[in-house]
Amino acid sequence: MSTSENYVLKMDNIVKEYSGNRVLKGVNLYIRPGEIHALMGENGAGKSTLMNILFGMPVIHNTGGFEGTVQVNGQEANIDTPLKAMELGIGMVHQEFMLIPGFTVTENIKVGRETTTSNLVSRIFGKSMETLDKKSMRKDAKTALKTIGLQIEDYVKVAGLPVGYMQFIEIARELDKTGIKILVFDEPTAVLTESEADRLLDAMRVIAAQGIAIVFITHRLDEVMAVADSMTVLRDGEFVARKEIKDTSAVEIAELMIGRKVEKLVDESTEPDTRQISEDNIAVSLRNYKVDMPGEQVRGIDLDIRRGEIFGIGGLAGQGKLGIPNGIQGLYKAEGEVKINGEPLDLEKLGDALNHKVAFVSEDRRGVGLLLEESIEENIIFSAMYTNGKFLKKIGWMHLYDGAAGKAHAEDMVKTLDIRCTGIRQAAGRLSGGNQQKVCLARALTLEPDVLFVSEPTRGIDIGAKKLVLEYLAKLNREQGVTVIIVSSELTELRSISDRIAIVSDGKLACILKPDASDADFGLAMSGAWKGGQES
Amino acid sequence: MKSMINKFGLPRIIIAGFFLLLVMGAAYFDMNMPQLMGDVLRRWGMFGILALAMVPAVQCGIGLNFGISMGIVGGLLGGIIVIQLNIAQNPALVAIHPLFAGWAAILTAILIGVVLAVGIGYLYGLLLNKVKGSEMTVTTYVGFSVIAFMNMVWMLLPFDNGELIWPNAGKGMRNTISLASSFSEVMSKTGEFSIGDFSVPTGMLLFFFFMCFLMWLFMRSRTGLAMSAAGANPMFAKAAGINVDKMRLVGTVLSTVLAAVGILVYAQGYGFMQLYNGPMMMGFTSVAAVLIGGATPKRALIVHVLVGTFLFQGIMTLGLPVVNQILPEGNLSEVMRMIISNGIIIYALTQTKGGDGRE
Ligand SMILES: Nc1ncnc2c1ncn2[C@@H]1O[C@H](COP(=O)(O)OP(=O)(O)OP(=O)(O)O)[C@@H](O)[C@H]1O
Ligand SMILES: [Mg+2]
Repeated sequence: MSTSENYVLKMDNIVKEYSGNRVLKGVNLYIRPGEIHALMGENGAGKSTLMNILFGMPVIHNTGGFEGTVQVNGQEANIDTPLKAMELGIGMVHQEFMLIPGFTVTENIKVGRETTTSNLVSRIFGKSMETLDKKSMRKDAKTALKTIGLQIEDYVKVAGLPVGYMQFIEIARELDKTGIKILVFDEPTAVLTESEADRLLDAMRVIAAQGIAIVFITHRLDEVMAVADSMTVLRDGEFVARKEIKDTSAVEIAELMIGRKVEKLVDESTEPDTRQISEDNIAVSLRNYKVDMPGEQVRGIDLDIRRGEIFGIGGLAGQGKLGIPNGIQGLYKAEGEVKINGEPLDLEKLGDALNHKVAFVSEDRRGVGLLLEESIEENIIFSAMYTNGKFLKKIGWMHLYDGAAGKAHAEDMVKTLDIRCTGIRQAAGRLSGGNQQKVCLARALTLEPDVLFVSEPTRGIDIGAKKLVLEYLAKLNREQGVTVIIVSSELTELRSISDRIAIVSDGKLACILKPDASDADFGLAMSGAWKGGQES
Repeated sequence: MKSMINKFGLPRIIIAGFFLLLVMGAAYFDMNMPQLMGDVLRRWGMFGILALAMVPAVQCGIGLNFGISMGIVGGLLGGIIVIQLNIAQNPALVAIHPLFAGWAAILTAILIGVVLAVGIGYLYGLLLNKVKGSEMTVTTYVGFSVIAFMNMVWMLLPFDNGELIWPNAGKGMRNTISLASSFSEVMSKTGEFSIGDFSVPTGMLLFFFFMCFLMWLFMRSRTGLAMSAAGANPMFAKAAGINVDKMRLVGTVLSTVLAAVGILVYAQGYGFMQLYNGPMMMGFTSVAAVLIGGATPKRALIVHVLVGTFLFQGIMTLGLPVVNQILPEGNLSEVMRMIISNGIIIYALTQTKGGDGRE
C-alpha cells in the first residue's frame, strides 16, 4: 500500500440538498489507487447519496445537482451521467439492484458492452449492425461469475431470482468491465451469508491488488476490519473522520458512527425468562413442505416450530431458506401440509396466512415490501387496514380510511423504530435503504401477528438500528408471546436471539442447532455435510 | 422557488404560463373576456367526468385508458333509449317543471348507461387481465375497434323515434341527435347565474364536483386503497392477500362507468349526442387532460383531473380565437387545434417519469 498523497479520487466539500433537506453537509472523500476504502455511517447518513453523486445518477441531477468538486486522477471531473462515470473508469454495484428482469444473466452482465463481430451488413451500415458474439459473451460472463464463485447457469432469466443471486450478478457485471479505476460496492454483503461474504471479500482483495481503488459500504464492522485499508465515517450528512484501519478499532469506528458508545447486540435481559415453551404446543408445523421459488427451492421439509419461541432459519443463499416464508405467504406456489396453531393452512387461497394471523416481512423490500410512491403512513397501516379492518371508520354504509388514527399510529411507529424521515407523509421510496427496511417491519408489527416471519430483518440497517430491531423482536416475543421466525444470512444475528436454529441446505432441513452450538457444527450443517434434520 | 417548481412540476408551470399568455392575448385582441371565461368553465364541467374516468384505470394498474369509448357507447345507448321513450316529454313530469322532466330523462339515461357500462367494463376488464403489460396498446386498439363496430350497430338498431332516425325515412340513426326536446343543458341551466356575459353552469359543475367527491370517498375506502396498491405494486398487493386481477376488474368497470356518465354530461352541455365517429378522440382528450394535470401512467389523482381538465380546456377554448386573430387565413384554426391537442398529449407523455422515486 502506497502512502504517497496521489489520490485517484478526491471529492471535496460535497453538499447535497433534497428539496431543502440537506443530506450532505460538506463531505470529503479521498482514495488512493489500489486501496479498499470503507465508507461508514448510520442509516441515512448519506453514503448512497455520495456514491450517487460520484456515479452521476439522474436522481441527483433531477433534484438540483450538488455543490463541491470531484477530481478523478488529479483532474476536475464533471460527472453528470452514469455514462460519463463509466468513461472515467468508475463502476458501481448499487444498493438497490439495477438489473433488467427479462434479460438472462449473461445479457445483464454484458448489457451495453456487447461483444460483436463484423458481418456483411455491418461493413456497410456501421458497427451497430454487427452480429452479437454470443459465445465470447457467455465466456466472459462465466469467467466473471466464477471469480465470485456463483454457481448459476448463465442463460437463466434474472426475473424472480432471489436477492442473493441478483447481488452476485451485479458484482459480476462490474467485474467484467475493463478499464475500471474506481469500483463502488454499496452494501454488497447485506444479503450474503458470512461464507459468501468472505468469498466476495477475497474477490475484492484480488481486484484491489490490480491497482483498482474500491469504495466499500457495509454495516458489518468485522468486514471492514478484515479487508479495508482506510475508511471515512459520515454522520447525519457530516464528515466525521478519515482514518487508516491499522490506527483504529471496531469499537472506535462504531463510536465515530453513532457518536456515543455501543453495547452488545442484544442486552441480556435481566428479567427471568417466563415463557412457557413446550414440544406439544406447536405454532407452525410443516410436513413434506415444498415451495417452487426460483433459485430458492424448498424440496420437502418437515419442521415443528414451538409456540412462543424465537426460531432462526439459516443457510447459504440459494439453498431454500427464503422459500419457506415466501411459500406460506402465498407469493410462490407451495404444496404439502402446513398447520398454524393446529389449523390447516390453505396454500392455494390468497391471504390465508394473514387470516391465520401470520405476518411476513419480505427480504425483497422494493419488490414486495413497499409501495414506493406512497407515504410512510400508508405503507405502515396498509396490511392491518386491509386484513384486520383497522384504521377504518364507518360512515353510513361505507368504511373509510381513518386518517387521524392512521397518522397517530404511523407517528408512533416512526418513533419506536427510529425511522429517520422528514415526516410520515414522505414517500417510502425516498428513504434510505435501512429506513425502508424499518417501514416494512412496522407494517408487519401493525398486524399484531401471532406468528411473525421476518426475512433478513436487518438487511442494510446499521448497528444501532439492528440492536433496536432485534430487541424489539425479542420484546414482542417475551411480552406478547408472538412466535418469531427469523430467516437470515447472518449467523451471528440468528445466534444472538434465537432459541433454536434450523439450517437449510439444498431445499431440505440439514439440522436444528442450539445457538451455542460450536462454529464447526454450524459450518458443517451449512456446507450440506449433514442431512436428515436431526436435532442436536 | 425551486421547491415550488418541484411541487407543481415544470410541465404544469409551462402550460399554466401558456394559458395565461392566451388570456393576455385574448385581452389584447379585445375579445369578450367574460364570455370566453364562461366558456372555459362550461367546457371544464363537460369534459371533467370523462377525464375522471382515468383515475380508477390508472390506479388499478391498467394505465391510461384510451378505451373509454367502451363506456361512452354505453352512455350513448342510455341516452338514445331515453329519447325513444320520450321521458322528457311525459306530460306528468313536464307538469311539475320542464327542468324536472329533463332531469328525470338524464338520470334515467345515466342509470341505463351505468348498467350497460358495468357489463361492458367487466368483459373489457377480463380482456385486459389477459394482456398484462401491453394495456396501453390494447386499450387504444379496442377504443378504435368499438367505434368501428358501433358504426354498424347504429345503422341497424330498431329505434323509430323521429329525433333519432334520419328524417327522410332512411335507415339507421342520425349522426348528430339534438337533445333540445330531451335533456339539453338540464344540468348547465340548473342554478345557472350570469354576471354580464360571464355565466356559470352551476348545476353541471356541482354534479362534476359531486362525482369527484364520490371518487375521492372510494379511493379512501378499503377497496379503493387495495385497488391502488394492486396497481402500484402487484407483488406487494399479493403479499397482503389482495386478488390483483379482481382489483383490476373493479378499476376497469369504474372507469367504464364514469365514461358512460361522462358522455351524457358532455352531451347535455353540448346540446347534441354524436354517434358514429363522434366519440373517437374522447379517449385522447381525457388522457391529455389528466397528463397535463400531473398524472403519470402509474398514478392519477383527482387534483390531476381538476387542474388538468381546466388547463387543457382553457387552452382549447382560448387558443382557437386567439390563433384566428394572429393567423386569419381561415382553415388554419382547425389544423392548429389538432396540433395543440396532439402536441400536448405527446409532450405530456414524454414528461411522465417512471414509477421509482429513487431511480
Ligand atoms: N430521492 C430522494 N429524495 C429525497 N430524499 C432522499 C432521496 N434519497 C435519499 N434521501 C434522503 O437522503 C438521506 C441520505 O440517504 P442515503 O440513501 O444516502 O443514506 P445511506 O447512508 O445510504 O443509508 P443506508 O445505510 O440506510 O443505505 C436520507 O435522509 C434520505 O431520506
Ligand atoms: Mg444506502
